[in-house]
Amino acid sequence: MMSSRHIISLLMENESGALSRVAGLFSARGYNIESLTVAPTEDATLSRMTIVTVGSEDVIEQIIKQLNKLVDVVKVLDLTEGSHIERELMLVKVRAAGKEREELKRMADIFRGRVIDVADLTYTIELTGTGTKLDAFLQAIDESAILETVRTGASGIGRGDRILKV
Amino acid sequence: MEFTGAEIVTRCLAEEGVEFVFGYPGGAVLNIYDEIFKQNKFKHVLVRHEQAAVHAADAYSRASGKVGVALVTSGPGATNAVTGIATAYMDSIPVVILSGQVPTAAIGLDAFQEVDAVGITRPCVKHNFLVKDVRDLAATIKKAFHIAATGRPGPVLVDIPKDVTAHKTEFVYPDSVSMRSYNPVLKGHSGQIKKAAQMLLEAKRPMIYAGGGVVLGNAAEQLTELAKLLHYPVTNTLMGLGGYPATDRQFLGMLGMHGTYEANMAMQHCDVLLAVGARFDDRVIGSPAHFAREQRRIIHIDVDPSSISKRVKVDVPIVGDVQQVLDELIKLLKASKEKPDEAALNTWWTQIELWRSRNCLKYNRESEIIKPQYVVEKLWEITKGDAFVTSDVGQHQMWAAQFYKFDKPRRWLNSGGLGTMGVGLPYAMGAQLAHPDATVACITGESSIQMCIQELSTCKQYRIPVKIVNLNNRYMGMVRQWQEFFYGSRYAESYMDSLPDFVKLAESYGHVGMKIEKTADVEAALKEAFSPALKERLVFMDFQTDQTENVFPMVEGGKGLSEMILAEEL
Repeated sequence: MMSSRHIISLLMENESGALSRVAGLFSARGYNIESLTVAPTEDATLSRMTIVTVGSEDVIEQIIKQLNKLVDVVKVLDLTEGSHIERELMLVKVRAAGKEREELKRMADIFRGRVIDVADLTYTIELTGTGTKLDAFLQAIDESAILETVRTGASGIGRGDRILKV
Repeated sequence: MEFTGAEIVTRCLAEEGVEFVFGYPGGAVLNIYDEIFKQNKFKHVLVRHEQAAVHAADAYSRASGKVGVALVTSGPGATNAVTGIATAYMDSIPVVILSGQVPTAAIGLDAFQEVDAVGITRPCVKHNFLVKDVRDLAATIKKAFHIAATGRPGPVLVDIPKDVTAHKTEFVYPDSVSMRSYNPVLKGHSGQIKKAAQMLLEAKRPMIYAGGGVVLGNAAEQLTELAKLLHYPVTNTLMGLGGYPATDRQFLGMLGMHGTYEANMAMQHCDVLLAVGARFDDRVIGSPAHFAREQRRIIHIDVDPSSISKRVKVDVPIVGDVQQVLDELIKLLKASKEKPDEAALNTWWTQIELWRSRNCLKYNRESEIIKPQYVVEKLWEITKGDAFVTSDVGQHQMWAAQFYKFDKPRRWLNSGGLGTMGVGLPYAMGAQLAHPDATVACITGESSIQMCIQELSTCKQYRIPVKIVNLNNRYMGMVRQWQEFFYGSRYAESYMDSLPDFVKLAESYGHVGMKIEKTADVEAALKEAFSPALKERLVFMDFQTDQTENVFPMVEGGKGLSEMILAEEL
């Protein structure tokens, strides 16, 4: 059966251990997690989580059912079922000395990134976009220049009136 | 008025109408035990190992339909309870486990008897809580009982640090629970139920397959009414036994790995399957690919959406409380002008009777060496099929399931999901305490019984007069059977050497022991054990059974349901 990438958004009670229930569910049942982000929402009692996973339709159906079964989970939505926006933040520290500085600044501009830290020998570039855009940036610059990368994993939201709210 | 956390615990249990708390004291729960000492609303049963506390609470629930309660201390108390919790979890049994925890200030500092109980039990509970503030205690316990008993039931653990049991607060026990994140669906979709009724009426080769959900959902009556209304054949899973009267002609016996020939064949070859409170697990349908070879339409009723289309795709899923859904289904079928296709049904029953005539459970009745099946048959006769029967895990469990014909729900207690050896005796304790006047028999084996044998002491203390039927073949029988079939008869570590003298052992605990060595003595021994003279006593019957007896039919792991090995084929 065809596997495809899904972005699952969920709202859960902002209680200690809630994250481990979700992470534990994925590991215990052998589901993939490509990335997972979690933070409180405007309502401090709720956390919003975005999980990127890969699986066949059957597996995704089970994942959603199993997530709904967790007592702390309030709502679950497979964002990829409808139109949605996906963003990820990446910070990349690159070696930037001499003529590399100009080139890296130019690349960052092309990808609509920003240099947010400048040191004698390095830049730190901030970039947001879909995961593929971030991958593309990393491929576009000289691999040996990359000193460190940190990515948040994807966050997602439905378009227009597709709203996940209690 | 303010109460300590410990007083709040005992008050909450009283509010919940708890009859028994099965437990074992220790440092972290001493405040709670002190309050237990001072109250008289519920009884505490002191087990000899925390595993048995949870098993007994679990059994109390299985036998009574109420929520079972266990109380253990922190650290090893909690870890010992884990097997019991996982056992209850796999069979969806509502149990509330209260565990002590080190004081909140010591959590995370590797304190004496500290263990992350919430972390350790997380994968095997329906939900768990760590109560960090005494003001949350009553509401949390209320939630625990609510979550354990509603929807698909299951165990809930409440971990209570010692300082929380000492802190004081106002006590208000909430009347109800409202959780935005937890609202199980109980009412089935009426459109789906209509479709199901239609599909059932169109069936040429119908089959009803009912699992533990029917017992847990108190829907045995509805299931029986539905089956009688349609005159359709019924099979029960291991967990569902008693959900349909086993002595009824429409009952084809248990299905699955050690199911009857007729049940498995009918399951494989039916054209419309009604699955009720069952989950198509690996021991029930064998290989899903093989099961899918035959065309059939499936209706699946379950309270847990994640049980539907997990291993087998179904055509009409109905999420809801099985009792409510069956009630609605019956109403529709009664109102319908259409009736089942009688001619097709007759042909189907003729086929089923042909399968039944294979007499797949036959065994050598002439044997002088005691056949375990014979003991179970006699037990059924002598207890008039009306005992609460518990079992451990292995061959004897399967023989109990095959040969003790359960006509009523909640009479059969075994670890179906987790397959926990050692449950038999604590299960018998829980069942007997729930039904003090009932006959309770524990069918076990010499290997399983040793895993919780210490509870003979608990039985003595509380005068729990269960009858232990030990089918002693000096082997871990099911392991031996697999080794014989699949490992070239290399019986690696499955022989039970150095067994105790069970008669003396029982006597040393203050019970009655019997050793039975010949078939001719079986009936008399059982009659004596179940006689009024021994009604108040625990009797340990040690039956020396045939070492080479195997459980048939058998579907080898990964094979299809209709690919059974039958006794005569060997």
